Formats: sequence, C-alpha cells, structure tokens
Amino acid sequence: MKKTLAEKVWRQHVVRAADGEPDLLYIDLHLLHEVTSPQAFDGLRLTDRSVRRPDLTVATEDHNVPTTPGPITDPVSLTQVETLRKNCAEFGVRLFSMGDAEQGIVHIIGPQLGLTQPGATIVCGDSHTSTHGAFGALAFGIGTSEVEHVLATQTLPLKPFKTMAINVDGDLPDDVSAKDIILAVIAKIGTGGGQGYVLEYRGSAIRSLSMEARMTICNMSIEAGARAGLIAPDETTFEYLHGRDYAPKGSEWDAAVTAWRELRTDDGAEFDAVVDIDAATLAPFVTWGTNPGQGLPLSASVPDPEMFPDEGDRSAAERALSYMGLEPGTRLRDIKVDTVFLGSCTNGRIEDLRAAAGVIKGRQVAAGVRMLVVPGSARVRLQAESEGLDRVFAEAGAEWRLAGCSMCLGMNPDQLTPGERSASTSNRNFEGRQGKGGRTHLVSPGVAAATAVRGTLSSPADLAGSR
Amino acid sequence: MEKFTTHTGVGVPLRRSNVDTDQIIPAVYLKRVTRTGFDDGLFAAWRGDETFVLNNPVYTRGSVLVAGPDFGTGSSREHAVWALMDYGFRVVLSSKFADIFRGNSGKSGLLTAQLRQEDIELLWKLLENSPGTEVTVDLEHRMVTAGEHVFAFEVDEYTRWRLLEGLDDISLTLRHADEIKNFETSRPAWKPRVEPAR
Repeated sequence: MKKTLAEKVWRQHVVRAADGEPDLLYIDLHLLHEVTSPQAFDGLRLTDRSVRRPDLTVATEDHNVPTTPGPITDPVSLTQVETLRKNCAEFGVRLFSMGDAEQGIVHIIGPQLGLTQPGATIVCGDSHTSTHGAFGALAFGIGTSEVEHVLATQTLPLKPFKTMAINVDGDLPDDVSAKDIILAVIAKIGTGGGQGYVLEYRGSAIRSLSMEARMTICNMSIEAGARAGLIAPDETTFEYLHGRDYAPKGSEWDAAVTAWRELRTDDGAEFDAVVDIDAATLAPFVTWGTNPGQGLPLSASVPDPEMFPDEGDRSAAERALSYMGLEPGTRLRDIKVDTVFLGSCTNGRIEDLRAAAGVIKGRQVAAGVRMLVVPGSARVRLQAESEGLDRVFAEAGAEWRLAGCSMCLGMNPDQLTPGERSASTSNRNFEGRQGKGGRTHLVSPGVAAATAVRGTLSSPADLAGSR
Repeated sequence: MEKFTTHTGVGVPLRRSNVDTDQIIPAVYLKRVTRTGFDDGLFAAWRGDETFVLNNPVYTRGSVLVAGPDFGTGSSREHAVWALMDYGFRVVLSSKFADIFRGNSGKSGLLTAQLRQEDIELLWKLLENSPGTEVTVDLEHRMVTAGEHVFAFEVDEYTRWRLLEGLDDISLTLRHADEIKNFETSRPAWKPRVEPAR
C-alpha cells in the first residue's frame, strides 16, 4: 500500500489501534509555555499524577515577556510566568527562562536546538506548532486538556487526519518569499479549507526553499484551518540539523539519516485532496481584512464586498472593511501604516531579519512610523548582533528588542492602540489580535521593511534607486 | 467531567462566520492560572457594542450558541471553551467547527453539534423573530428541537460516547499503560532526550 509522508509518520507512532476508538499516538516531543500549561499541571496535582517523560518535555517563556530590558511589570503576567517556573521545578521539566541564551519563542527554539527532527510527533499548547512540520515532523497544536494528557501519558488519542497535497511548482519571481506563498495558499483554499487535513507542501518551489522559509510556510498551515503541515526532509533538512545541540551524533547520526531518507510520500500514493499553485504567478501578498484568507497581491486594490458571490463572504468583507477603516477601490499600495512589526514564530528567524535588513540598510523609517524588530529567540538576537543587523535597524530608526512573541498577540506590553494600523510579519490579522481596536496587515519581512521606509504598504521593488 | 445527555436553554443567534478564538476571548484575558473565571473575557471586544446579541437582555441567560461556519478558528487556547462555559453556554451549534476548538470542547464538556448551514439559517430566523426561544439538544438521539423545528446533528461518535458517560480521557488511556511502556522500548536510540531539571 502506497503511503503519504503524514501516514508514514502516523503509523510509526501508533501505540494502540482498536475499532471504534481513536488511535493512541506516541508523542516524541512536548513543548510548553506559560499560557496554556498552568491548568494542566494543576490537573496532575489534583489526580496525583507525575510527568511521564520529563526528558521529552521542554518549556520556555515567550507570550508574556516584555521585549525591553527589565523584569515583567504586569503582576498577572508575572504570576503566570512564575507559575510555569514553579511547575517545571516541581515536576522536573527543563525550562529556558528569560535571560537564558536558549529562551525564545517556543517554535523558534525547538528547531534551533535540533530537538525538532524528521519523522517526530511534536505537540505544544499552541496552534503554531505546525511550524515544526518543515522538518517532516507531524506537529500540531493542542488544548490544555491535551497538554495534561501528554504530560501524564506521553500519548494522545487521535483520529487520523485526511491528507492534502499543496503542489507549488515553478520558479519564484524575485521579491516573492515563503510568506507570500503561504498567504496565497490561504487566500486560495480559505481559512477553513484545511480543516481535518494535514497539508503536505510539495513541488520544486518548496524544495528550493531554506529550512527557515519552510518553517514560515508550515507555521501558517493553521491559518488555512489545517492542524498540521509538513515537508519531506531532504539534504537541506539534514544540513540544517547536523551538529545542533540535540541532533544525533556519530553513528547515531548515520542511523537517523538512513531512517529519515525513507520519510517521503511514495510515488503513486493518493492524497484526499490536491491543490496546485504555479510559483511563477505569485507576487508579494498582503492581507486587507480581518482573517488571513482575506489577502491579495500588493498590486491590487481593496475589494468591493459586492463582488463576492457568497452572502457569507460578502458580509464578512463588509464587516472587515468597516473594522479596518478601508474603502473599496483604494490601492493597497496607498494604505498608510503607523507601525511595522518584524518578528514572531512566523518571521522572527535570522534569515527574516537579514532579508529586512538588506532592504532597509542605508534608508530611513518614514516620519511618523514606528518599527519594532523583535528576534524570535535570544540566540537569533545574538547572531543578528554578531552580524551587525541591530545597528542596521537602529541606524534606520527602528527599535531593536529582546526575544519574545511581542506584538504578534496583545498579551505583553507591545500592542497597537485602538485604530492604529500595522504592517506585521506575524500570522493573524484578527480583530484586536495585536491590541484592542488595532488594524493588522500581514506581510513578508521584505514588504515590512519597504513599508517602514515608504510609510505605505510597499514591496522592496518600490524602493529602487532610493538608497 | 459531568455527563451530558440532553440540554434545554435559550438559543443565542450569532450571525457571524469565522469567529476565531481571539474574538471568543482576547489574549489579554488569558493570564489566569485557574480553569475558571474567564467569562469576563468572552467576546470582550463585541460586548462594548450595544447591538451585540449578548447585550440584549433576552439572550443574556442563553446557553445554546447558534454560530456561523468556521467557528473557533485560530489559536488553540482552551480558554475559549472555558469562557463560553463560564458564561453559561453548554452547546454550540454550527455548520463547521475548527479542529482544535472542537477537540478542546469535547475534553471540557462543551457540546459542539454540527448542523447543516440551512438549518442554522432557520434557527437564526426563529431565534431572532421569537427572542428567548428555548432550544433542546438531545445528545443521545443527536437531535436539536426548537419551536416546531427538529434537526438531526452530527457529532464524532467517540466524543459522544465520552460525553454521555462523562469519562475522563487520561484514565481511559492509562488503562493501556503496558502498551505505552512496550512502545517506548522500541523507540530508536537516536531520538532526542533533554536532561530533566533534576
């Protein structure tokens, strides 16, 4: 029987299968953060249970942490972080706290430590766990009850996902990044299009991408409604992993690579659904509305809700334009922003910072615009500083910050004020996501940097000759 | 978890699609370390709008939410389920639920019952024309009754069984502790392990 990659990884982790019951799936790696874990640890205490495999469990502090130097000043945020510290100490879980060189956004540190490996099952109480699928892992977000379940049993009862192939073939035009690919995918299949599926990104355009770009794509699988998205591991994957702290060493490396090379969809295996995208037709993409499926190429204009044939889409578009303060027909390039946010688990890795720095170097952030640059982890920050990227951003007038989730979600001090408009490299443009009343346009790092310079949504090509 | 067999309560028409979990409860309300007390954050941004459905006194005691498609998309926060339950909701009806939200609901005892969109539209009309109408949701027979309408709904069979019996997932899994142990002996040696904190 020919199998897809997702089916292979699934089968390798089935502890128990019985008719009429979900499969019991073994979990190789469980990542924790402060927001979705406290009630799970409480549950363990109430039932007198322990953490079954602390050696397969890693925690970090990311959602609540301020990105300016100094302690957490919000007492409620501080309680949540301190609760994680107490829980990790009590249950023997390894925690990377603020100030630790390994602290950072949970989905940045797993790959960076080499903990994220091909063929693994990886869960976290966070929907962007799909990021780790870039390595050919089956990785998905879970709720707090499931966090407790994994802590207690290292397994999860799950019904198999359906499989969807997303084929992206052809040559990507200049200025088109991984973020543009995934925004185009979401616009095509919709925010519910992936529900019940695991997406496998395939094709020559995907194969040509670096690991960091692949992570950006898998990260936003959840924005298409899919719990997981993955990419078959290849030489790019192995090269990225080799030598990392938790990657196998010596003869174990050779054994692992031999096993990892089997992790590809068999020729002739059938997917439950197939979507084809011609890479050559893609362009820098931005969102105009309040869900990630409401996106268009930057060269387009704000759509007229009347143009949507479906009544639900029409009313959603009307509501979105009202919230976003936009008029139909306005060119997307004419939309002025107040804030530019570069960071998050979607685009807070070193290549993202390099891409934006390459655009902004020798230029200035436009008057009246603030730009926040937030590395995804302490290690990304140190790497960027060793390359002088912090100075590039600072000289352009941007703020260089410490690692954390920052303005991706309105939970820490970095927030939009009501009515404030951002171009953001994060993953969600929901109403109020970046702060109550804030208006978000999702963009790539290159578009973020060009937008900071011009003050209106722009691509790097719009800056030609202006340096 | 409490058993769920049948529930009757005031139906609340929420005529919106793509209600993501950031709308159900914004991130700023997620800082508690308890499982209760999240009702103040439920639909926080929308409750400031006096035309929002829950600001109509007829619906404030509602317990059956009738929502548009793609309910519960976005963040995996189970706080969204807790906020709905703390407010008093026991059932959400929609033609399409996001996967993680539906899973979280089943774990916490909130029933997510899937109806056809045309049935949701009929319910919206009924609840808007006769505010305060009660809706009965019978999990055993998978039936929704409101006024003269009776609709069948879909729910995952395993989740239905667990809700009817009020069973806790972890206890069910721990019945298979030996199988988990056996599986662990077969895991390749090169799989990563971290040094625990003690």
